[in-house]
Amino acid sequence: MNQQEGYADDIVKGFVIWSMVWGLVAVLVGVFISFQIAFPQLNFPPYLTYGRLRPIHTNAGIFGWGIGSFMAFFIYITQRLTRTSLWSPGLAKVQLWLFNVVIALAAVTLAMGMNRSKEYAELEWPVASLVVVLWVIFAVNIIMTIVKRREEQMYISLWYILATLVGVAVLYLVNNASIPVSLTKSYSAYAGANDANVQWWYGHNAVAMVLTTPPLAIFYYFLPKATGVPIYSHRMGVIAFWSLIFMYLWTGAHHLLWTPVPDWVQTLAMAFSVMLIAPSWAAVFNGYFSMNGQWHQMRENYLVKFLIFGITFYGMQTLQGPSQAVRTFSAFIHYTDWVPGHVHMGTLGWVSLVLFAAIYYTIPRIYHTEIYSVGLANVHFWLVLTGQLIFSITMWIAGVQQAAMLNATNPDGSLHYSFIETMVELYPYWHMRALGGVIYLAGLLVFLYNIYQTIAGAKTQAVAQRA
Amino acid sequence: MIEKKPIIFLLLATATILVGTIITMVLPFRWINDPKLAIASVKPYTPLQLEGRDIYIREGCNNCHTQTVRPLLSDTERYGEYSKSGEFVYDQPFLWGSRRNGPDLARIGGKYPDAWHVKHMKDPRSMVPRSNMPAYDFLNRPLDTSLSEKKMKALKFPYSPADIQALQGKTEMDAIIAYMQKVGNDIPWRKTGKAEVLGELKNPFQDNMSVLPEGQKLYAEHCAQCHGIELKGEVGPDLRDMDQPDSKVFATVYSGIAAGGMPAFGDTLGKERTWKVVTYLKSVHKH
Repeated sequence: MNQQEGYADDIVKGFVIWSMVWGLVAVLVGVFISFQIAFPQLNFPPYLTYGRLRPIHTNAGIFGWGIGSFMAFFIYITQRLTRTSLWSPGLAKVQLWLFNVVIALAAVTLAMGMNRSKEYAELEWPVASLVVVLWVIFAVNIIMTIVKRREEQMYISLWYILATLVGVAVLYLVNNASIPVSLTKSYSAYAGANDANVQWWYGHNAVAMVLTTPPLAIFYYFLPKATGVPIYSHRMGVIAFWSLIFMYLWTGAHHLLWTPVPDWVQTLAMAFSVMLIAPSWAAVFNGYFSMNGQWHQMRENYLVKFLIFGITFYGMQTLQGPSQAVRTFSAFIHYTDWVPGHVHMGTLGWVSLVLFAAIYYTIPRIYHTEIYSVGLANVHFWLVLTGQLIFSITMWIAGVQQAAMLNATNPDGSLHYSFIETMVELYPYWHMRALGGVIYLAGLLVFLYNIYQTIAGAKTQAVAQRA
Repeated sequence: MIEKKPIIFLLLATATILVGTIITMVLPFRWINDPKLAIASVKPYTPLQLEGRDIYIREGCNNCHTQTVRPLLSDTERYGEYSKSGEFVYDQPFLWGSRRNGPDLARIGGKYPDAWHVKHMKDPRSMVPRSNMPAYDFLNRPLDTSLSEKKMKALKFPYSPADIQALQGKTEMDAIIAYMQKVGNDIPWRKTGKAEVLGELKNPFQDNMSVLPEGQKLYAEHCAQCHGIELKGEVGPDLRDMDQPDSKVFATVYSGIAAGGMPAFGDTLGKERTWKVVTYLKSVHKH
């Protein structure tokens, strides 16, 4: 039927498959660097040290797995919500090629040490420029599809999609402003405390515009699709949308509490971070209330399990995040392992669980088949849930312990522990974290196998039908 | 309604995003650059220091090391004077970092002698047992200076042809150590922030053999990297047969010798544990 509608679904296939490839790379590198922290002998300079691999891990995760699948689902969702085929399938093909070229270039150049050092904006200016071209192509295609739509009303998912398109563009352009020295080297256009403030305005809003609004767009579309009942409140979605995109942009400096950035910027960031609980939890409640009378589907429908656990981790994340943004708690916890624990609840829990559900839903539909194994999907669910919980909980405990040790004083007021004395206590936690990562990786492999078998099954079916 | 008008919707969403952006990101450009916050003694990087900084960026050192000391007891006691906005005006990009897998480096300049850094880069665990830092022995290779002049020009830092000439024959190790020694050292915080030792300097553990095991343990953790586990000296001098009075040894360990590269241990050890180390040091003899 989709073919009759003329939806460009081959391109969705391409983005889903490549985002899974880069997702596997992100997790493999992540597991490897978690071992490097626990066993420094696993650093192989110059190319395979923690310092060079960590940006590859974050870039493959955020841009390869995250953005890659958002591109897939924005194209998938937009066509269906507008009842219109994609404005330019040809442009989307160019986009898929460029996407893979950019991510591969990113991995190679980062391993070679070509690095701007700004977190999640590490790519040197030629690669960053390609990212800009990629994003413009993508944004134009989606916006033009919406403009020529056949469904007048724009569903809430389209709102989040449009906000993502402009938000990412503004953030990326400003924070990547550089003074080039050569093709492989540039300096940030801003200096010192100023550069820091620009960077974390970008860094935290990458969380907003990449790790929040796109998965919300996907969640709002696929939860009703998976359950068969509509979303609880469109109006609550609308209020949450505007307050979310208004408040997020004020909060970047909560990454810079107690630094030389002006105090009033820090205070505003702290206040707005706490206020953000309201729109974040409006989305959580919207998800939960949509389940009224449908909670039995948590047992019967594996898609719902992924989505509802995903939105639950979003809820936990948006309570924990604001608490970390309060000066007193930040003083204690910032710079410790608590923070990677927090981040991975968001990425492995919230974003990835929602993406898994969306992939499980769409792949059988665009390949005109059934999922290969619901049993394996359940195994996948429990493995990634266990792996992620081990990771996050271990890191929270490690962070609290190290923070307490760093703050311990002797009766004469001197510090009780040297830095290294607090660090060596983290080894057992780092072993546990690596174990959590391995379990998550196992779950991911089960997922990839299940999708591979689904697609392979669809192809043999198609051949059989033709014969 | 706007849910039926995508272009107006896009413009409204952009405007919404720009409110917080302008107030918290654009406006601070004015305040952060306030001339009142400038510090005259803070100097731009030399060509060698800048090359070192670029190696620091290339190797991603900022993934494990922060460069900002917060005005909090546990930070200032451990690392030194808290960071000031004016200290970073030449930092493009800033390198404050976000996670301390290793210690903060904002006050690393002048803390250890060059020889300490060479040994530590080559084999971190020989200097800090159980450290998880990768070994950076490979930095002992010639420094690529082909872009050095362009870099200084791009950042508008002053330099002379002699500065560029002086890069000849330098290694990447020389460069990164030159950078390390500059970081956080442009303000005279060591002199102004130095701990005052008050009261009579009398060793409370004089002739108290029971503290020797703890003194030895503290020595192994904090001193042996430079003075050797048997006190024979390496980066620092031989410490056997010390004939200085206890009070003099205490002052050296507690407050350091800035000119000689001896770090101050008062902040990490405190008085009591410093006396235990002193007692141990005085107990070791060649024969």
